[in-house]
Parts: sequence; C-alpha cells; structure tokens
Amino acid sequence: MEKRSILFSEKRILPLVAIVTSLVVAGVIIAVTGSNPFKAFYALLQGSGLAPKATYAGYKNMLTDFLGYVNFLTPMIFAALAVAVALRAGLFNIGVSGQMLVAGFSASVIVGYSSLNAILAKPLVILIGMAVGGLTGGLLGVLKHRFQVNEVVSSIMFNYIFQYVISFFIYIFFVDPVSRQSRAISQAARLTLVDVQAGNLKMDLPLAVVPALGAVILVWFLFQKTKLGYELKAVGFSPTGAKYAGIKVGSSMVTAMTISGMLAGLAGVSYYLGYVGSIQPRVLVSTGFDAVAVSLLGGNHPVGILFATMLISMIGKGSTYMKSAAGVDPEIASVIIGIILVFSTCNMMSLWKRKRR
Amino acid sequence: MDIIIIDGLSFALPLFIMAIGGIYCEKSGVTMLAVEGLQGFGAFSGALSAVIFTELWSLNSGKVFYLTLLFAGIGGALFSLLHAFLCLKCNANQVISGVVVNIMAMALTAYFTKILNRILFNAASDKLTLTVSRRITVPVVSEIPLLGAVFTDIYPFEIVIVFIALAAWFLLYKMRFGMHLRACGDNPQAVDAAGCNVLRIRLKAILICGALAGLGGMCFAYSVSASFSAGNYIGYGYLAIAAMIFGNWHILPTLGACLLFGFARSGGYRLVQNLQMPSSYQDLVMILPYLLTLLLLVIFSKHNGAPRALGVVYDKGAR
Repeated sequence: MEKRSILFSEKRILPLVAIVTSLVVAGVIIAVTGSNPFKAFYALLQGSGLAPKATYAGYKNMLTDFLGYVNFLTPMIFAALAVAVALRAGLFNIGVSGQMLVAGFSASVIVGYSSLNAILAKPLVILIGMAVGGLTGGLLGVLKHRFQVNEVVSSIMFNYIFQYVISFFIYIFFVDPVSRQSRAISQAARLTLVDVQAGNLKMDLPLAVVPALGAVILVWFLFQKTKLGYELKAVGFSPTGAKYAGIKVGSSMVTAMTISGMLAGLAGVSYYLGYVGSIQPRVLVSTGFDAVAVSLLGGNHPVGILFATMLISMIGKGSTYMKSAAGVDPEIASVIIGIILVFSTCNMMSLWKRKRR
Repeated sequence: MDIIIIDGLSFALPLFIMAIGGIYCEKSGVTMLAVEGLQGFGAFSGALSAVIFTELWSLNSGKVFYLTLLFAGIGGALFSLLHAFLCLKCNANQVISGVVVNIMAMALTAYFTKILNRILFNAASDKLTLTVSRRITVPVVSEIPLLGAVFTDIYPFEIVIVFIALAAWFLLYKMRFGMHLRACGDNPQAVDAAGCNVLRIRLKAILICGALAGLGGMCFAYSVSASFSAGNYIGYGYLAIAAMIFGNWHILPTLGACLLFGFARSGGYRLVQNLQMPSSYQDLVMILPYLLTLLLLVIFSKHNGAPRALGVVYDKGAR
C-alpha cells in the first residue's frame, strides 16, 4: 500500500481539477465572445463582497455586499445537503426546487400572512418548512419503496404539479396586483432582517445562516456517528448487501427521502421567507438544480458542500454585477455551473489513470 | 371533438418520437433521463439553422422546414455524445449524467441564444423566432366524420414522424442490429461473446436517441410556440420517459401512452374554454399530463419489465 498525504488525496484534488478546468473553459468562451475573462471573474468576487468594488451606492459597502452574498447562499446550503443526504442513500432528489416551493408557500400562507409576533413566527416558519418538506420528500420515498416509481421521474412530475397548483392559488387568493407576485409576507415572519441600519450602512441580516451551519454539523454527525447514518450509507452503497446484513432497505429509503425533504423545506423557507419575501408564480428557482452541482462538487460531504456552496453561490450572486462591470451576459453563470457539473461527474482522474496503465 | 383530436395528435406524435429515442437508449442498457436536454438542444440547433437559412440566406421556407428537422436531429445527436462520454467512457452514474446533460443543455442554449441574437440581429432577445409551420388537410379522407380529424390540419412533421417511427420499429425488431441492441440491455456479456462490441452498439443507440429527441424537440418548437426559447424546457422529455415506462419499453404500447397524454392535454384545454373559466384555471389543466404520468407510474411501475442490464456499467469480466 502506498501512503498518501491527507492534504493531497484524490478526493480533495478532484473537485479542484473540476473547478479549474471549468473556469478555463468558461474563460475561453468569454474571451471568444469578446470580453476579458479575468475582469469577468474578478467581477464575480466583487459582486459577492469578497473584493472591493470601485464605487458603492449610498448605505452600501463591501460588508453589505458580503451579507447579501451570505443571504443568497443560505438556502443553497440546505438544498445541497438535501441532495447529498439522498445521494448518500443511493437516491437522487431532483425535486428539491419543488419541495422548496411547497414548503415556502405553506409557511407564507400559514405564518407569513398572519399577525404573529416575531418570537413566535420565526421558529414556526422553520418548523412548518421542515414538516411540509419532510412530508413531500417522504411521499417520494414511499412511492419509490411501495410502487417502485423511479424517484427522478416522480420528483420532476411533482415539481411541475407544485409549480402550477401553487401559481393557481397565488393568482386566485394571494396575488399582489402591482408586482404580479404573491403578496409580501410580514416582517415578523421573515428569516432575514431587511435594511437594518448600523452606522451609515443598511444591511440585510440573514438569520437562517445559523441553522444552516447547524444543519451542516448535524448531517456530518448523522453520517459519521449514528447507526441510522451508517445504514443509509450501506443502502446507498449496495442495497442487496444492506438487505443481507438485515437492514430494512425500503424504510431506509423513506427515511432518507424524508430527511432530504426536510432540508429542502428549510431551503424553501430560507429562500422564500428569507432571501426574497414573496413567491413568483409559475417559476421554479434554480437553487434546487444548482444544488446537485454543489453536492457533487463537495463530494456529498457536509464540509465539502459548505465550500462548494460558497463557490457556486459566488458565481450565481456575482453574475449580475459581472454584467454591468465586464459586459458578460449573466447566463454564463449557469454555463460555468454546468461545466463544473460535467467535470465533477466524469471523474477525470480515473480517465487519466486508465490511460497511463 | 375534432379540435381535441387535431391538437392531441400534434402533441402526442413528437412525444412519441422522443419516447422511441428513449426506448432505443434504454433497450441498449443505458439509462436515459437526458431526453429533456437533448430535445432542447435539438430544437435550438434546428431553430438556429432555420434562422440562418431564412434570415441570412433568404431561402424559401418549404424545403427549409425539412432541413431544420434534419439539423435538429444532428444537433440532438451531437449533444447526446456528452451523455455517451459520461456513461460509456467515464462510467459515471447514468441517472446523474442524464440530469447533468439536461442542466448543461438548458444553460448552453440560453446563453448561445442570447449571444447569437446580439451578433446576428443586434437585438436583446432570448428567443429564436421560427416561421409558423403550414398545415395540411388531406382532401377526401378528411371528410369522414370523427376519424377525418386525424387527416385535418396536420403539421408536415407529423407525417415525417410516422415514417421515422415505422423505420425505427423495423430496425429495432426486424433487423440484426436491433436484436444486438436489445440483447445489450439484457445480457451484454452474451453480445460480447457473440463477437459484437457492446460499447459501440450502446454509442449508436445513444446517438439514435439524441437524433430522435432533437427531432421531437424541433416539432414542439414549431407547434407549441413557433420559436425556440427557454420555454421549450417544460418537461416534455420527462413525459416521453414516463410514456416509455408506461409502454413497458415497447414501441406500440408507448404510442398508446403518448396518445393518452396528448388527448388528456387537448381535452383539458377544451374543457377550460367550453366552461369559460378564467385563464388562471389553465394552470390547473396544465398539471393534467403530469398528474396522469404519476398515476400511471404508480400503477404500472411494479409490473413492468425494464431491460435487465439497465443502468449497469458494462464490465467485461462480470458474469
């Protein structure tokens, strides 16, 4: 057995290779379309408050930009953890966006439009998000376990069903006639404190980032230290082997999807009742799909996911500023994320090794 | 009633050709969830060729129509190489690979559509507009009551699809290549022992799937919106997969499933119009095909016979 240094093990190198390659490819695309790729990438940093901009609007500086970036990435942490928990158990939850929507909508209707005070409303929002998300995820698990419905197809069908049914309810009952979105929720229910004045700054304080970091630790604990986590991993690794070892494969799948749904629900409330504060009908957010990229890039490991979230969110959040600063279309952001996805799926190291053999 | 049949057919047939693509791919043992992305990329390349032919070279639109279908097929096949690379070369998880292809197709086509609009027309638009396809009514036959609706107001692509579907059926069930392909999905080791290259057959299956999906996507681009935009990605690729599962990976039952989806959709729209409901109720009708898919999957998934080697990475040494 050859010894490997922990820092440069294959597991850690692979995501880096994926990131660097995709940045190079994206850089070439940007250069071909006639813009400066280095300026574009630096603009991504500036837009996320990680590098200073040349000028700032009133009440804004790098700190407020950075808080905006944290506000943006909080739902992504939950969403990527949701994908990862399912993937670890061998299931692919592509319905995170739909689960986010249904959880966010339920919490908006029950708490967001009520007159509860902040101390009651905020925990209630989180609880409702977890409950609704967990139920939806669990339903997918039951469909898979009892009826052998492929979870990818069923969760995508649910994505569309939620999208249209909820947009129907929003248009009939909760629409804001001016913005054509759902009415804004009460400040008491919102998980992000908006426009908090401190000194000469106005900043958004994303409270949900605390439970998000908690969720990172809990998921890590679940998979490293508990029997349940071990069973889920065993089912994901080999369902037949797990069955032979006496693990109930079916109920493990349902459990995994329920946990995944709960995390997706949390992503939903921290997005719809934190980051934005209203729901746009007929639109599914891309967070649930980008979360797949984040989870794969982070090697389905909670800590890896935390770093991957920071990177992918930077690309997503900074793309608006990139448009104004470097003249690059913001659509390039999803292209970069897509290329990262391709490279983290294809496991380039194994290709390279096979050639050398 | 006639309108339900006309609209239902123009929805069901593109769905059918995409489902046939899925059947080819999955029968060869490669899980295919990338139909959505392949149809989108096919529609994009078809629409791009249409724009180049009509706007820049000002060709007449009769022949251009068939050329765009051809280019849509080529585009879909080219993009399916990504799925082939990930699944066959990198031995990646085929489910994940399919979804990755979808995400990539969506991102790339949105970006390129915007760039191309700026370069070609100097306009900030996120769609490629197509000419509205002409429709054909077959003279005598269309006079027959009820059944005549099948021959009324048909898009030219519906005829193309019928012929391609017949050819695809013949190739899959009556030709040597089709037999090898189906064997690859059930017992690839046996195919290898018989002296065929499993990976090459699977590559061909994926390419055929990409071409057919691209063609189907182009038909949707013509019939649904007469343009290519992000609005082309509304899950029809997944509907095709559901139809394929419901049809138990066989071409004829799959046609039945597609027709059911088509008529459920057009019937729902008619219902909303006839009852004169406000347009917000359209959202409820929109869920009909998806709801139907789910119900059918719940009922039929347990009893179906998926190809035995579906989704399993080919390992020469395995027994």
